[in-house]
Amino acid sequence: MADEKIVNTVEDYDPEAILEVRNLRKCFPIKKTFTGKVTQELVAVDDVSFKLKAGETLGIVGESGCGKTTLGRAILKLHQPTSGRIIFEGKDITDYKSAEMREIRKKMQIIFQDPYSSLPPRSTVGGILSEPVSVHHIVPKSEEKAYVLDLMAKCGLRDYYYERYPHEFSGGQRQRICIARALSVNPKLVICDEPVSALDVSIQAQIINLLKQLQEDMNLTYVFISHDLSVVKFISDKIGVMYLGSMVEFGTKEEIFANPLHPYTQALFSAIPQPDPDVKMNRIILKGDIPSPANPPKGCRFHTRCPHATDICKEKTPEYKDYGDGHCAACHLLENK
Amino acid sequence: MENVTEKEVIEASAPQASAEDTEVPLDKNVRLMSPTRMVVRRFFRSKLSIVGLIMVVGLFLFSFAGPLIYTEWGEIELDESGKTEYSVSETSYTVDGKEYTVRQTTEKSLKDNFLAPPSSEHILGTDNEGYDIFVRLMYGGRISLIVSFIAVFLITILGVIMGGIAGFFGGAVDNIIMRLCDILICLPGIPILLIISTILDASEIDAKYRIYLLMIYLTFISWPGTARLVRGQILSLREQEYMVAAEAMGYSVSRKIFKHLVPNVMPQLIVSMSLSLGSMILYEATLSYLNLGVKAPYAAWGTMINIISTNQDILQNHLNVWVPAGVCIVIAVLGFNFIGDGLRDALDPKARR
Repeated sequence: MADEKIVNTVEDYDPEAILEVRNLRKCFPIKKTFTGKVTQELVAVDDVSFKLKAGETLGIVGESGCGKTTLGRAILKLHQPTSGRIIFEGKDITDYKSAEMREIRKKMQIIFQDPYSSLPPRSTVGGILSEPVSVHHIVPKSEEKAYVLDLMAKCGLRDYYYERYPHEFSGGQRQRICIARALSVNPKLVICDEPVSALDVSIQAQIINLLKQLQEDMNLTYVFISHDLSVVKFISDKIGVMYLGSMVEFGTKEEIFANPLHPYTQALFSAIPQPDPDVKMNRIILKGDIPSPANPPKGCRFHTRCPHATDICKEKTPEYKDYGDGHCAACHLLENK
Repeated sequence: MENVTEKEVIEASAPQASAEDTEVPLDKNVRLMSPTRMVVRRFFRSKLSIVGLIMVVGLFLFSFAGPLIYTEWGEIELDESGKTEYSVSETSYTVDGKEYTVRQTTEKSLKDNFLAPPSSEHILGTDNEGYDIFVRLMYGGRISLIVSFIAVFLITILGVIMGGIAGFFGGAVDNIIMRLCDILICLPGIPILLIISTILDASEIDAKYRIYLLMIYLTFISWPGTARLVRGQILSLREQEYMVAAEAMGYSVSRKIFKHLVPNVMPQLIVSMSLSLGSMILYEATLSYLNLGVKAPYAAWGTMINIISTNQDILQNHLNVWVPAGVCIVIAVLGFNFIGDGLRDALDPKARR
C-alpha cells in the first residue's frame, strides 16, 4: 500500500471498518537547530496501514521499541501523526482540533500498561470513575452513582471500593479500575496498550477473561498491543506484526499462525514456548540486536538480522503487499516466489 | 497506625478461576485512611510541628483576640499621666485700695510614665512616647500577620497561575514566563523598596496603608519562586500516565490543570507557603525597622525595635521596650518554619509509615 496516495477525502472508506489507518507515520524530532528546524528525527511509526471491523480484536505484536505504543497513541491522537490518515467510523479524524476530538474521545478509549501510574493518586475510585461520566454527560446527574456502581460490578470491583483510593489496591484490581474508567464513557474502540504485561500470570488470565467478557457484553473493538504472543493468540482475531516502526505482516490469527510469511514473524513465532516437553522447538535464533530507530538500516529494515537476506534487501525497501485473503506482508523473498 | 491495616490482597493462584472466587476481599468495616488524614496524622506525630502550631496559634490569639480582652490601653493611646502638670492658682487681695492678683503656677510631675517599667498598670511598661508596649505588641502582631498572609496568598495565586501555564504549555510560553522570572529575581529588592517608599512619602499616603502597598511590591518580586516550584512539579506530573489518561478522556485544559495537576502540587505548595509566611514576617519587620513600612504612631514589631535608634539609653537600660518585639518576631518566624518542616515531612510520600 506504500504506493497508494494519501487519501484526504473519506468517500472510499470501508463501511464495515470501524477504524482504518492509512500510511500512518509518526516522527519525533531528536535534534533541532537553533531556529527550530529538525535536523534528525526518529521514525517511531512508519507507513502503517490496516483496517479493523467493529467487534474484532487486532493484536499488535513486536519487540520493545518497535513503535507499538506510539501507534496506539497516534490512533487516539494522543500523538499528532506526522502524516497518514486515521479514519474512525467513516470520519477522517486526523486533523481534528482538540475541541472536535473531545466528542470522539467518548468513542475511543485506552487502557495503559502501568496500572500504578495511570490512576490519579488523589481521588477515590468513585471520583475517578464518575468524572468522565459527568464531563461527557453519559447519564443524568442523579443516576451517576448507580451507573458507576453498575460499571464497577461489571469489572469485578466491589461496591465499597467506591470510597477507596488507588494506592489501597493491588495491580490486578487497579487494572480493573483502569478498565472501568475506559469503559465509563461507553466507547466503541478500546486501545489496550499492554494491559497485562505489568501483572503476574494468574492475574493476566483474569484480566484477559474480563476483557473478553466485556467485549461480548458491550460489543467493543480492541486494538490489543502486547509482546506476549500467547496472550495475543488467545484474544485476537487479526494480528499485525511490527518491526522497527513498520508493519511487516498483517492477517487473521489463523492465517498468521499457520502460515507466517515474513522471516521476522517466523522467528518470533518459533520462540513461543511449547507446553509439551516432547515437542522439539525449532527455534530460529536471530543474530544481533534491534537497530536504533533513530538510524534505521537502508533497504529492508530487517535485513541486518534476516537469515535469508539478499542483496536487494540491502538496497530497496520491500513493498507491503496483499498475498491473498488480506494476509499482507513486506518482504522481497515473497515477491520472487 | 493502629486502625489501619496494610492490605495485601492475595491474588489468585488458579488462572481459570474468576476474580470473585480468588481475590480476598477487603474487610468492609476496615476504614482505610484518605491521603489527607494520613498527612494530618503524620504531622501531629512530630513534636516540633506541634510546638510550631502552638506558637503560631498563640500569636494569632494574642494579636487578634488580645486587644478585645485587654482594653486598658489603645494602640495610639498615650498614657499622659506622666506628663508634667501645671496648675495655676490666683489669689486676689486688696492692699491700700489697690487690688493685687497673684498668680501662682505649680508644676508637678505625677508619675514618670514614659519609659515606665513593667507594672500592674502597664504589663510591659511604656515606650519613649508613653504608649503601652504590651498593647502595641498585639497591634503590631495584627499588622505582621495580616500583611504576610495577604502577601503569601497573592504570591501563591500568581505563582500557581504563571507556573501552571508555563509548565503545562511549555515551549515559547514557558520560555517567556521563565525569563520574566529570571529578570524579577535579579532585581535588588531593598534599593527599589527605598525608592518606592520615598515616592509613597511624597504622595502622602495614609501611614496605615503604605505597608500594604509595599507588600504588593514584595509579592510582585517574590512570585517567581513559587512559579518555578509549580512549573517544575507540573513538568514532571504532566508526563505521568494519568495525565495521558485525562487527555484521552477529552477533559478540558482548565480541568486538567486545576483538577488534576494543581491538587498534586498542593503538598509542595503548602510547604512553601508556610515557609514564606515566616520570611514575609521578617520582611515586614525589616521594612518597619528601616522606617519604610508602618510609620509612627502605628505599631509594628519592626518600628518598636526601631525605638532604640532614638536613644542609646533605651538599648542598654530599657530592655522591656524592644526585646518583646524581637521575641515576637522570632516566635512567628520559628513557628511558621516548624510548621513548614513538619508539613514537608508529613507530605513526603517516601516516609509513609
